[in-house]
Amino acid sequence: MDIWVLLKQTFDTEEKITLVNGNIDDTGVKYIVNPYDEYAVEEAIRIVERQGGKVTVLSIGPEKTGEALRTALAMGADEAVLITDDRIPQDEWAIVHVLTAYLTGHKPDLILGGNFSVDHGAGQVAIRLAHQLDIPHVGSITKLDITADGKAVVQRDAEGDIEIIETAIPALFTAQQGLNEPRYPTLPGIMKAKKKPFRQLTLDDIPSFSWDDFAARTSRLELSLPPARQAGILLKGDMHEQALDLVRRLHEDAKVI
Amino acid sequence: MSRTLLTYAEIRHHQLRQVSFEAVSAAAHIVQDQDQIVTCLFYGSAEDPAEVERYAKELFAHGTKRLYTIAHTDLETYHAEAYFQAFHHVVTTVQPHVILLGHTALGRDLGPRLASAFQAGQLSDVTDIQQQGEHIICTRPLYAGKAVEKRTIQGSPTRPAIITIRPNNIPLQPVQDTTPSRDVVALPYTPPTLRSIVREVVRKTSGKLDLSEAKIIVSGGRGVKSAEGFQPLEELASVLQGAVGASRGACDAGYCDYGLQIGQTGKVVTPEIYIACGISGAIQHLAGMSSSRVIIAINKDPEAPIFKIADYGIVGDLFEVVPLLTAAFRDLLQKQQA
Ligand SMILES: Cc1cc2nc3c(=O)[nH]c(=O)nc-3n(C[C@H](O)[C@H](O)[C@H](O)COP(=O)(O)OP(=O)(O)OC[C@H]3O[C@@H](n4cnc5c(N)ncnc54)[C@H](O)[C@@H]3O)c2cc1C
Repeated sequence: MDIWVLLKQTFDTEEKITLVNGNIDDTGVKYIVNPYDEYAVEEAIRIVERQGGKVTVLSIGPEKTGEALRTALAMGADEAVLITDDRIPQDEWAIVHVLTAYLTGHKPDLILGGNFSVDHGAGQVAIRLAHQLDIPHVGSITKLDITADGKAVVQRDAEGDIEIIETAIPALFTAQQGLNEPRYPTLPGIMKAKKKPFRQLTLDDIPSFSWDDFAARTSRLELSLPPARQAGILLKGDMHEQALDLVRRLHEDAKVI
Repeated sequence: MSRTLLTYAEIRHHQLRQVSFEAVSAAAHIVQDQDQIVTCLFYGSAEDPAEVERYAKELFAHGTKRLYTIAHTDLETYHAEAYFQAFHHVVTTVQPHVILLGHTALGRDLGPRLASAFQAGQLSDVTDIQQQGEHIICTRPLYAGKAVEKRTIQGSPTRPAIITIRPNNIPLQPVQDTTPSRDVVALPYTPPTLRSIVREVVRKTSGKLDLSEAKIIVSGGRGVKSAEGFQPLEELASVLQGAVGASRGACDAGYCDYGLQIGQTGKVVTPEIYIACGISGAIQHLAGMSSSRVIIAINKDPEAPIFKIADYGIVGDLFEVVPLLTAAFRDLLQKQQA
């Protein structure tokens, strides 16, 4: 099995967001592997442990993203590829244009990614890529089995309902919480990771990449913070009084009931 | 220039989802002069003609001018390839400038494939939409709502702008035109060679309101202590015709399904009333519910961070407070009905 995992580095979910000059301030921010991508890495490693093959983690991002890829290598992925280029705009069409060009000529059996990234949260890249590569996809999976006759049987979480889907391979899947429990990198894993193949590329290193039709389809106009919420009222009295008081306030003051 | 704005109407448990009407309203937000709002709807054999007639009426009442339908057994339940085939056909027939879908399990899955097929841009999880000159400007959350961005997108008949809207955010527009149009157009479907099959759909949600569309959410955390501990919350939710949600703490502890999780790695919800029971208020949880209109916290720890963002707080044991609330709400609602 030749398995590719799409990975993004994101802010730690503990981080608060602050702005400087209209941009998100990243000073002192702790970074992590996007939690959903972590499930994808774990699943890929487990498949290879069971039936052999190779896991390559692939990311587009700034230099710093190398840390996230090394975490995946330390978990057990075999190789990493980082595409770093300031000319790649922050737009899903453009990003997938690059990924498609890079993967042309490779023949992945499986591509795994996260359900969405916890920063931009659009959840477009993986599914768009499946279309560009003309392979089927199933989004938001919580179970993945490869059958003896070379198919995949997956469970998809569809807003609480579970769809059991059988699909031909090659295919692309996006990971939902519940798929597995990602392992922590071990010290020997971290040492080994240092010796694993790690390629860093720019657009100039991707032969199939074409500037035609590369333009971003969407662009950002403005970034802001949501209005801060204020602490409200702590109700007083015995529990019975508080319950009645709350219902009265919701009815008379907030007028929501 | 007149544009066609195409929305998708999603059926769930033999009802149109609320977000289907919100999509029509989103189109009405950006409609100009001669623009036409049209809707498409797919179904299998489980839907009878009377039901489809009712869907059409409801959509017309919300502002749709024409309804395109495709019926085929492939479309019985959501199937990525079959739905893509159907939608692709609608788009090439109708040539819309803009396509609006709900940011639901279906919209999240279908939107990006359509966008790629038409080499188009897509804005996902949009909470507000406006037209400014040539540009459509969409507001969408980043970091699950810790920040907000405005992005622009343009569409053309060969490269439509694709927009998925977050349920519960676009207000329904009052409909100006009262003459009911009754233009329903059935389109053909050419079954593609499917590379995947949906073997089974395990319905865990039958009849239940989806969290993202609920107006009232009663949410439980680790303080609920067990699966049975959710019972009083279920009762409160049922009196309020709301839905039950959870923190990751409760999901991780196995008290409930991950499908209920609210937060940065779960669902982001924006109900009218959010009642947090036994939830401490971790930043990842707050990201998922801070845009609710009114937040109520019930927690026995007065220092719990959830109180810092709650409009109303009750310091106390949820097992005592929640049943009292259920009774108080029931009384109020009964009085209102009388
Ligand atoms: C990568 C990552 C992603 C995450 N994503 C999410 C997410 O999407 N959503 C999410 O919710 N969390 C998420 N978390 C977890 C988050 O950090 C917290 O651990 C979690 O929200 C805590 O859940 P809790 O509030 O139910 O539990 P706790 O923090 O344990 O709080 C339980 C609360 O219940 C109160 N309590 C106990 N008994 C009673 C009683 N009888 N009556 C009243 N109150 C009582 C306690 O005082 C306490 O405040 C994420 C964490 C990580 C690392």
